[in-house]
Amino acid sequence: MGHVTADWNPMGEVYFRKSELYSMDRKWQEVADLKKFKIAAAPYGGPIALIRDDSKIMQVKGGARPIVYIFTSVGVQVASFSWKSLRVIHLAWTNTEDLMIIQEDGTVHLYDMLGSHKKTFTMGQDAKETKILECKTFRSFSGTGLAILTGSFRLFVVNNVEEPRLRRMAEVPGIEAAPSSWCVISSERQSHVLLAKENQLYLLDHGGHYQELTLELDTPVNAFIEMSVSFDHRFLALFADTGVFWVGSSDLKKKHCEFDTKSKTRPKQLTWCGGGAIVAYWENMLVMIGPDKDWVKYNVDSDVHLVAEYDGLRIIGTQTHEMLQRVPTVVEDIFKIGSMAPGAMLYEASREFHEKKSEKADEYIRMIQDQLPRAVQQCIQAAGAEYEPATQRMLLRAASFGKCFLSNMKPDMFVNMCQMLRVLNAVRDYRVGIPITYEQLKHLTLPVLIDRLILRRNWCLAVRICKYLKLPETEGESRILGHWACYKVQQTHVADDQIARAIQSKLGDTPGISYSEIASKAWECGRAGLAVKLLEYEPKAAEQVPLLMKMDHDDVALSKAIESGDTDLVFLVILSMKDKKKLGDFLMTLRNQPVAQSLYMQYCRQQNPDMLENLYEQVDDYLEMANIKVSNSCVYGSEKNVKTQIDMLHVAQENYKKGNNEFATKMTEEQIKLLTYQRNMEADLKQPYLNLSIHDTILELLLTNRTKLAEQLRKEFKVPDKRFWRIKIEALSENRDWIELEKFSKSKKSPIGFEPFVEVCYKYGNLTEANKYVPKVPAENRVRMYLRIGVLEQAAEAAFQIKSEDDLNLVLMKCGVQNKQLAAKIGTMKSQLGKNKNTNMG
Amino acid sequence: MAAISSEGDLDFNQLKVLARDELIRTLESMPDSKDLVIEPKLMKILDRIAGAQLLRNHGASKIFKLELNSPKTDSGQRMYICRPTAENMKVIADHIKSDKQGGKKTSYTVALIPKKMYICEVIMEEEGVYGDVTFEECKLGLIPLDNDILSLELPEFFKSFYLHGDQSWISPIVNSLINLQVIFHKIPNISSQGRCAKMVLEMTKTIENLQGGVLGDPDHQIGHLFLIDREVDMVTPLCTQTTYEGLVDETFGINCGYCEFGKDVTGTDKNIKLLLNYEDDVFEEIRNRHITNVFSFLKAQAQHVQSGYMKGKNITQIGQMKDFVSNELKDLKQQSKSLTIHIGASEKILQQTTNEPDSKEHLQTEHAILEGIGYKDSFSFIEEKLDRQASASKTLRLMCLLSLTSNGLPSKDFKTLQSHFLQSYGYEHLLTLNNLRLCGLFTEQQSTEVSKLSMSDVQKLADKALKRTAFRAICKKWNLIPKDNVQLQNPSDMSYVFSGVYTPLICKLIEQTLMKSPSSTLEEVVKLLPGDNCTFTRTMSAKGKGSGAAKSSSKVVLVYFLGGCTFAEIAALRLLGAMKGYKFMFATTSIMNGNTLIDSMIDNGKGKS
Repeated sequence: MGHVTADWNPMGEVYFRKSELYSMDRKWQEVADLKKFKIAAAPYGGPIALIRDDSKIMQVKGGARPIVYIFTSVGVQVASFSWKSLRVIHLAWTNTEDLMIIQEDGTVHLYDMLGSHKKTFTMGQDAKETKILECKTFRSFSGTGLAILTGSFRLFVVNNVEEPRLRRMAEVPGIEAAPSSWCVISSERQSHVLLAKENQLYLLDHGGHYQELTLELDTPVNAFIEMSVSFDHRFLALFADTGVFWVGSSDLKKKHCEFDTKSKTRPKQLTWCGGGAIVAYWENMLVMIGPDKDWVKYNVDSDVHLVAEYDGLRIIGTQTHEMLQRVPTVVEDIFKIGSMAPGAMLYEASREFHEKKSEKADEYIRMIQDQLPRAVQQCIQAAGAEYEPATQRMLLRAASFGKCFLSNMKPDMFVNMCQMLRVLNAVRDYRVGIPITYEQLKHLTLPVLIDRLILRRNWCLAVRICKYLKLPETEGESRILGHWACYKVQQTHVADDQIARAIQSKLGDTPGISYSEIASKAWECGRAGLAVKLLEYEPKAAEQVPLLMKMDHDDVALSKAIESGDTDLVFLVILSMKDKKKLGDFLMTLRNQPVAQSLYMQYCRQQNPDMLENLYEQVDDYLEMANIKVSNSCVYGSEKNVKTQIDMLHVAQENYKKGNNEFATKMTEEQIKLLTYQRNMEADLKQPYLNLSIHDTILELLLTNRTKLAEQLRKEFKVPDKRFWRIKIEALSENRDWIELEKFSKSKKSPIGFEPFVEVCYKYGNLTEANKYVPKVPAENRVRMYLRIGVLEQAAEAAFQIKSEDDLNLVLMKCGVQNKQLAAKIGTMKSQLGKNKNTNMG
Repeated sequence: MAAISSEGDLDFNQLKVLARDELIRTLESMPDSKDLVIEPKLMKILDRIAGAQLLRNHGASKIFKLELNSPKTDSGQRMYICRPTAENMKVIADHIKSDKQGGKKTSYTVALIPKKMYICEVIMEEEGVYGDVTFEECKLGLIPLDNDILSLELPEFFKSFYLHGDQSWISPIVNSLINLQVIFHKIPNISSQGRCAKMVLEMTKTIENLQGGVLGDPDHQIGHLFLIDREVDMVTPLCTQTTYEGLVDETFGINCGYCEFGKDVTGTDKNIKLLLNYEDDVFEEIRNRHITNVFSFLKAQAQHVQSGYMKGKNITQIGQMKDFVSNELKDLKQQSKSLTIHIGASEKILQQTTNEPDSKEHLQTEHAILEGIGYKDSFSFIEEKLDRQASASKTLRLMCLLSLTSNGLPSKDFKTLQSHFLQSYGYEHLLTLNNLRLCGLFTEQQSTEVSKLSMSDVQKLADKALKRTAFRAICKKWNLIPKDNVQLQNPSDMSYVFSGVYTPLICKLIEQTLMKSPSSTLEEVVKLLPGDNCTFTRTMSAKGKGSGAAKSSSKVVLVYFLGGCTFAEIAALRLLGAMKGYKFMFATTSIMNGNTLIDSMIDNGKGKS
């Protein structure tokens, strides 16, 4: 193995290295004659897309349609499809690794990495009419942005192609030709376009404002013909027609250097290498210019394409795929010839020890005794920055060796680096082909890397990484399995059953798996049957139901909603069914689902009473229909609308009859009769009777001495004697007609006894009258009645008469302290009773 | 039996704090000053959680009751706080529409307790005001009414579930149960009885499965949960309670722990609203006593207070006086205020029993019905009550009791009572009677009439037939009706809550389950009860080692009544707990009694139900 520094090139104070990542796959080498193609390669070691560049090659008449090829970074072809639409202006990748193909009319097509079409949007009318002249993609604050220059020299920007919202940028006054050059500079909140009209610069925003900027250059220039923004939008390089470079900050406020290349040809490509240097590509030559006017030249034998990365630049050629980057400081510290950094010493010590078994190891360690922790740290960090596993291993071995001399160093850093390197090496493997660096991964984050593996259908690797790094299931494994299943359902050649089973056996009850999402995917692929099967595995009804509804499986949705016990879901289904189905069918469905029916009825009771009647009609529930009518009749009753009230009751009666409720039929009939009476009486007697109960009606009549009418009603409604007597005596006492009351009491044998007579007299405050009736009460009840009306003495006597000591006690209790005389008397009575009892016994 | 240490008590304060936080969050969801419009039924609940000051602190400027007419106010922001019912939504929609007509620009938030229901959005949409309203959920679940009682305060649950078959309220119950188990940890033993209980249990399990936590938790603070449908025992709520607390509820009505006593009780010229709970020492002492045992205590207590005041009079030294005033006098004042009211209340209760002409007979009849003797006399007593137009709900209580205890009335009697009822109170009550019939409270004995009924009726009645259990058989098997006289002063039998005539069935069921009576007898009875019975014990999760059985928390039992419970049942279980060394905690959809139950069934066609 050659020395690590073999491919290093010094540039001023620092070193750059150009190392080979892959030698390209055969398929690539056959296809990719880069001269003939438009090319787009995604950052972070993403895929590469090619399409024949019609502007470079004169179209042969009747020539084949161009083909879009998609390769991995290694050059393994993953997809290809022929392009049938208009001329392609530009190819680009989004941050989610979707391929963006921009047509000359401003139509933008998004394809996933495997070549399936995802969506289309357009860049507006202007683009359509005047065609696109030039097109640039950029990393914006909210995703991947797209900017176009139309034939009318207007600029339009979309900040996120996922949610395209077209913004027209401010116009430069008097622009009559295409600008000399332009680029997009995106900040935290906004994207601006930097435009050069000859040597005049303008910064445009989407609010209609522009800012004129003038650059002071050492040598005057006529026009800036090329510009490039660094990966992080912090730096800017401008190339002028005189061959002069201006390099500085993207706000143009700080100049790093001016550099005269003496080449007046426009470079083929101008790209930043991380944030450290600008690389210009001319035929057969790459020139890299540093901030301090230092430069390095590389020769290239064939056509290449440059891809800016966060920490460097990738050079894709027909044969090889290389990485150009600034040598990280820590690596430089260790490997630079003659470096005395602690890491370098430790590395040497480790080599002496492991390879030569030499005691020199000890010497080296002694030299850096105090800096050993720093040394170990450096070796670990350097391992992360190395691409070759062998170098990584040597560095880690050195770190491990150094750790032996330290008792209190935490192992986390070492362990984490080992783990990350294992993951990195796995994804860099040519079978996966993601040549991502440690720094890039940190920037990209692990979940995104997992997503990219999922996009590439590297399920197995993704799952293993998650397990290896012990990521939580819901973020890691379950998510991957979910995606796998979504992919699985698209395999239209496999039977529904088989797929459902395969998915279930692999996914089981893994937490965080959403079967409904998979089912939803299946449905999108037109596999309703499979979707239904998959939904069976979904434990959350709230997830099942909406999809079932979407698939028009309303009945199943309803059952599921009911099973779940979530009434809101049930409602959701019912109301959607109501809109979709014919009324009859809808009601029929409800009929078979009592829970839903009750729920809907509750709703109708409030919101839609007519529907409630329909429902009952549908199920032939005559009784409930009648009840509704009764209810309605009451409303009319309270509005004094007797006619409608009676009409309602007729309908109710009819329904009760149909429902075989004889009792209710009869009651309703009687009510109609009663209302008729009441109406007539109101008319005749000018007194309110309507809506009184039978009892109260008769009472009212008796109170006004309309005995005959009362009698008539009594007969008509078969009011029992007992009730009639009670009404009668109530009326008489209320009218204080005590004579009539007495007459009535003697008219015939009272069916209710005489206690009520006592009660009513008492109630209307006539104790004398009340007292009159007590003797007629059966002996055993008299005490109670006397007590009721508060005649204690007679109560005592009555108790004595029936020889009840208990009753006597009862009276005694009521006596209280005031009535000593009576108390004494009761005492005597009690003793007499006692005597009698004794005598009887004797 | 060893008394449960105070460690066994669950700290309901946490629930109160959570509820308050939730209320604050809801209020703050609409920043700055706003008017509050609150559904009247919720006023008391909010009172229990937070005072008016708290509402003010979080932006409430004026507070209105939710009524048909939109409140007259100019504030640009208004928040409605109400239950997610269709009725409320319509009222609110009308408010908004009339405001718009009046050209008022107001932004509206509708905060729904305890959850937003889809129907609310649908109605707002149908009324065309969906866009004007922001919905907010205020997840107030169980409210602590006392140190052992939690309530959802959903009195309408009974009617909507048992009469209308509406299951919308099941999920709030499930949520309340899950939240309880978050706070007090997973309950290891669960028993359920009844169809609603079964649904609640199943839904709870489903959710637990989804959350992946079905295992028992060794730190559990509740050892056993009973989930019981009100439907299991409809007899109890119909009986007249004879404990002090029960009678106060039946006479004056206790609402969310508050009871308002009229002038005749307070002895002053204004009504007094009193919070009845464990903090009232006098009340705490008498709440569970049989009414006949209350007055003697109050008398003794009154004397005690008087002697306390006397002591004050005899103090000669300033230092002692200061001591007396700062310490004892305040207590004495508090006590005497509370005593005045309780003495007044118990007097009123006792007066009622003597003043109403038939109250004694009423109670006697009730007891006779329970014991299953003298059907004829009971029947004619009811008839007489109807003829006299005595209180409709009291009479209905007896009618239902008679029907329930005799498995429905013979056809002739059924019709006679009904037509009597209608003659007295009006034809409209046909609807009331229909409601009672559908709930199985007042039914006709099943004969051959089935063939004449409509399909849906057969289904409904078949359901009801299941639950119209052989009441007598259960009474006999479990000796619910004690043969001997029961001590009412120092009770040792749960039946004391009904003067020793009847033991509340649910309490007995709980006793039998906890005492592990031979499973055969338990099964025999349970078979006769409506709905499924289900008991399960969680397997314990591995963490923690102490065996659960030894913990005092295993003796903590939570009883969750679905459809309401009575104070009598609570008193009975408190007694059981004291005797057997259990600590009972209660959760319920609401506190109920016979009057509230019957009143909820009454439908005279006028008010919307």
